[in-house]
Amino acid sequence: MTTLYFVIMVALVPVAFWAARRRAFAVVEGRPGVLHSLPTYHGLLVAVIVFIPMLVVFALGTPAVGRLAEARAVAALPSDVAADLLRRSAVMREVANVASGNHAGDPAPGIRAAADSLVATRDAGHLAVLVLGLAVAAAAFAFAYRRIAPAFRARNHFERFVRVVLMACAAIAILTTIGIVFSVVFETYRFFFDPALKGRPTVSEFLFGTEWNPQAAMRADQGDIRTAFGFVPLLTGTLLITAIAIAVAGPLGLFSAIYLAEYASPRLRASVKPILEILAGIPTVVLGFFAALTVAPLIRGWGESFGLDVSSESALAAGLVMGMMIIPFISSLSDDVINAVPQSLRDGAYALGSTKSETIRRVVLPAALPGIVSAFMLAVSRAVGETMIVVMAAGLAAKLTFNPLDAVTTITVQIKTILVGDQEFDSAKTLAAFALGFVLFFVTLMLNVIALQIVRRYREQYD
Amino acid sequence: MPEALSIRTAAESSPAAATAATAAPREIKVTARDVNVSYGEKQALFDVDVDIAARSVMAFIGPSGCGKSTFLRCINRMNDTIPICRVTGRIEVDGRDIYDPEIDVVQLRARVGMVFQKPNPFPKSIYENVAYGPRLHGMATNKAELDAIVEESLRRASLWKEVSDRLEQPGTGLSGGQQQRLCIARAIAVSPEIILMDEPCSALDPIATARIEELIDELTENFTIIIVTHSMQQAARVSQRTAFFHLGRLIEEGPTEQIFSNPKDRRTQDYITGRFG
Amino acid sequence: MTDLAVSRPVTAKPALDVSSDAAKARIRARYRAERRFRFYGIAALVVTTLFLAMLLVDIVSKGLPVFKAHSLVLDVAVTQDAIDPAGKRDAATIRAADLAPVMRDALKSAVPGPLGRLGDRTLVRLLSIGAADDLVADLLRNPALIGSTIRTRLLLSDDADIYLKAKGAVTSRRGDGTITPDAKSGAVAIAASGPAFAVDLARIKAVMVERARVLETEAARLDRSGGAAVSDKVADLRREAAELLGRARDPAGEETLDTRLPSLLLSINGGLVKVEKLKADSAVGTALLPLSAASASSDWSVVTYATPAGDRKITDLEIALLEHLRATGKVEAHFNTRFFTSGDSREPELAGIRGALSGTAWTMLVTLVLCVPIGVLAAIYLEEFAPKNRWTDIVEVNINNLAAVPSIVFGLLGLAVFLNFFDLPRSAPLVGGLVLALLVLPTIIIASRAALKSVPPSIKEAALGVGASHQQAVFHHVLPSAVPGIMTGTIIGMAHALGETAPLLLIGMVAFIVDVPQAITDASTVLPVQVYLWSDLPEPAFQEKTAGAIIVMLMFLFVMNAAAIMLRRRFERRW
Repeated sequence: MTTLYFVIMVALVPVAFWAARRRAFAVVEGRPGVLHSLPTYHGLLVAVIVFIPMLVVFALGTPAVGRLAEARAVAALPSDVAADLLRRSAVMREVANVASGNHAGDPAPGIRAAADSLVATRDAGHLAVLVLGLAVAAAAFAFAYRRIAPAFRARNHFERFVRVVLMACAAIAILTTIGIVFSVVFETYRFFFDPALKGRPTVSEFLFGTEWNPQAAMRADQGDIRTAFGFVPLLTGTLLITAIAIAVAGPLGLFSAIYLAEYASPRLRASVKPILEILAGIPTVVLGFFAALTVAPLIRGWGESFGLDVSSESALAAGLVMGMMIIPFISSLSDDVINAVPQSLRDGAYALGSTKSETIRRVVLPAALPGIVSAFMLAVSRAVGETMIVVMAAGLAAKLTFNPLDAVTTITVQIKTILVGDQEFDSAKTLAAFALGFVLFFVTLMLNVIALQIVRRYREQYD
Repeated sequence: MPEALSIRTAAESSPAAATAATAAPREIKVTARDVNVSYGEKQALFDVDVDIAARSVMAFIGPSGCGKSTFLRCINRMNDTIPICRVTGRIEVDGRDIYDPEIDVVQLRARVGMVFQKPNPFPKSIYENVAYGPRLHGMATNKAELDAIVEESLRRASLWKEVSDRLEQPGTGLSGGQQQRLCIARAIAVSPEIILMDEPCSALDPIATARIEELIDELTENFTIIIVTHSMQQAARVSQRTAFFHLGRLIEEGPTEQIFSNPKDRRTQDYITGRFG
Repeated sequence: MTDLAVSRPVTAKPALDVSSDAAKARIRARYRAERRFRFYGIAALVVTTLFLAMLLVDIVSKGLPVFKAHSLVLDVAVTQDAIDPAGKRDAATIRAADLAPVMRDALKSAVPGPLGRLGDRTLVRLLSIGAADDLVADLLRNPALIGSTIRTRLLLSDDADIYLKAKGAVTSRRGDGTITPDAKSGAVAIAASGPAFAVDLARIKAVMVERARVLETEAARLDRSGGAAVSDKVADLRREAAELLGRARDPAGEETLDTRLPSLLLSINGGLVKVEKLKADSAVGTALLPLSAASASSDWSVVTYATPAGDRKITDLEIALLEHLRATGKVEAHFNTRFFTSGDSREPELAGIRGALSGTAWTMLVTLVLCVPIGVLAAIYLEEFAPKNRWTDIVEVNINNLAAVPSIVFGLLGLAVFLNFFDLPRSAPLVGGLVLALLVLPTIIIASRAALKSVPPSIKEAALGVGASHQQAVFHHVLPSAVPGIMTGTIIGMAHALGETAPLLLIGMVAFIVDVPQAITDASTVLPVQVYLWSDLPEPAFQEKTAGAIIVMLMFLFVMNAAAIMLRRRFERRW
């Protein structure tokens, strides 16, 4: 039935358009120049006027019918079942199965009655929605159709509608941010302050605790494993891997950028840039695979040949490959800022007899410093938020260590580990993931805001 | 729309009236009274009063930044596209205030065409460039009529001979002078009553400029033309009347000959003799 | 400068010094620094390029074998009794039939027998559990074949496939002299006329020395790090190493070949004997494939499989059978179509990326349908219609920041809002597409705005000048001119979405799903998530699958990026 409604709605729109367009031609006896707006605009306006109310009726009516049908079905259930809230949801699932014909075997009579009531109400409701929709559409059409006249400003009205649509699209970007903030802040608040939640930590336990063990929160009966939500080991793990990544990507990315911007011939530039672009376009899951199956055993092998104890999920492997991921990022951002340094500064240095590298080190880089700093900040934010490489190549155990050969875990790994699989939204463990998400969002946001601010000010300086 | 109807009647009846442009009493097309324009805090135009006769060429001259382009852009409300621009006063076309909220700016611009400083053909075919306006305003009911309008407009812009065999080629492939004539063809295709030209020859070489000036002369038959120009020679060559702007004020307005031979204001005198500019 | 001048002798003028030795040395040092600096730049580029090359070579070498699969080509007698005793010849009967017995019979006739119970079972284990699929398909297409003997392809198991793909794992040496086995099957003792096995024995002893060295290193490492807690273990390791060395030093001593040493197989008289005890001039073992006669022969060879049996999944018997089948031309390598036509499976040789490809297609469809119109319209609004005020500023900053939010956070959004709040189905391309659409929306808005901005305002003015409304000017002229730029941005955004994994993990697209999804609400997975899932599995064959899936994904990305670059080159317009 809902499909039928949809089909009718989609079919009516072109009909309305076509009818209105014809009418517009007719009112001026085929001379569109006399009209204020082209016939097409009259058509579009009427089509929109028909479509919107129908859509509203559909969007409001269909869920209302669903709710009404459910209420009627509950009313039709035997009273002892209806009163028992716990059983009711299971019974209602069965009712829904019977109603859709997916139920195997013979249902209990009470359930059969409820299912019949559900189907009957639903069908009647959908029919009512359809009739209402058609009536509204007819009324809207009559109203709009009658207004078609030479002087009627159909274009202006239609353009006002288009403007609202454009605005709504732009608003989605804001809504996304609000959605993110809403979801992480709300669940984080519950994690810390919901009195119904068992095993929730205090804010200071979370921020300064050195033990992270969310699994135990699942099984309250296990007395020997203490639930702990200490964030510090995750932070050190994340920072360790990020530091390794930046230690790799920083020099490589920056020197690549300097060479490309200052030394490379246009031909070399044209052939090296795609290499960096390819590297930037490689999905992180591929890098994770590379880190876990190639780099980590390699490092382990080397380490052992030197007699070092290397974990098979060492921070070094994850950090190295994450560094690889970040090289193109740092390089392209730095390239931009180096190119933005005015040639006149370089000329000044050359005129004093500086060599090229002296010019770069003493003049270009200091001038580009704010931009480079912001590139590094953005890179850090990237590394902190990166998930797949660490999920595949770093460990799970939260360990407070700064040894790069040890296995560490990160914020993103923990979010992923906690939330993959079935979650219950009333356990401290699940909510802990949202608290971590909140921290992640907040930290990266700060880094980005500051970095973008620096870049903006830097741009203004040289514009 | 009665206004729209009157556009065409005016345009159609114009050839008869055009012959006696100088002899007959002046028929006023555009009237401006107390026009003030400001961009944000900065006022660009002060109390401009001017009358512009139908089917004649009016030239606006003056040093850079004197407000002549600003005033030109008020006449078809192009200034509306600049958010911080504010216009007060009264500008009438055929006795109707064009800043009246009742006026549809889109229709106004169909009546008051514009040619810009730099040729700006659409990145489409020559045909599409000219046909766009007529299509927009529903001026043709079928392809044959549209073809006729396109041909007529290109002929009037004396471009037809050069492009009739390559109407499907992009307008951006023409030479600068041809592009500018294409833009003129595009403007006259919607049969405006007034054509505003904002330094139409400043990006062209002398030969192309001469062609455009010739064209302006021919167009006077049917259209009221208001041209902003940097070149006083050009103003002298093409216009019947000239207005001199300085520092946002209209200093002097009168028959072109008189302005150039016997200006009443010192500042006009200084400008045309090259003391400043 | 002035300070320097003052400290010099009074006769020297504070002039530019370019000719003294010190000055020359200084200049040389400066040029050295220059060269060094340049070298750093080149080195950075080379290292980066090497990284990328290593990555690609690694993936391709791991993944290329996946496009090849091995099957046995056998004549299978499809008897009516085994398949369709009632003679119904309908699809249901054929599907329900147990084809294992007929396949086993075909296999048995392809190898020398009898092999015994263990041998028969091993023989069947060589085949994939989906081996009968091709046969069933043949029969379904032509039920008249029942009752006849059909030459058909039987897919081998993943272990057999991996063994056959590995090159150089097996070495073979022609033997010198004459050796004599004492039995045709079961336990076989072999006597040689001279030191026929001395070479092999020496090789085994060399392996023992190497193993002893590894044990010593391990012991030393444990000793250094572990302290008292591991001292027993260290002692054990050292004892074992000493024992191995002791045995290895006795060149004539008999060796027992256990599972930690390479496998030696003697090929003689059409059979194969697995050596268990080896001396320079005699050997004791078990016949894996029965010998045709227990008589002396000078035509024999030693087959060595270097990987110890304890370190591999495939047994010596399986190797013996496979080598025999390969030698008799029964093994066929063919293109692995199944990899592209089937969904996920727990059996590596049956697993394919079809399900993931469909899931990706559905998800990308949802993403594309949502983010392109919304992104472009939002960009048009912000670039052309939005009033320039604080709100627009906030939207602008917001979009820039949104582009840098970690992708996993979008997963949290999807989980909390789409799944929990709006109750949309888990694991569905609908939700995946929604999340990815929000993820790439900033990219598309930013790219579209840049494209719109690059269209010169004169075009818009021209349209306004002939009486177009603002919207007409934008939609008729500005937008079409910006389309190439918008498309480039869109393709890059979609390529990003195609490789995105983390947010999809959180909305449940990680389930093990065998069926190919048919709609945007079916549970499904996508290509990158499939890569993640397979990479976690222990079977080596799945490693190959993972790399294969990555190759397919990278091909898609390559094509998309190439398209973007072509678009940019082709339609780039200089105004």
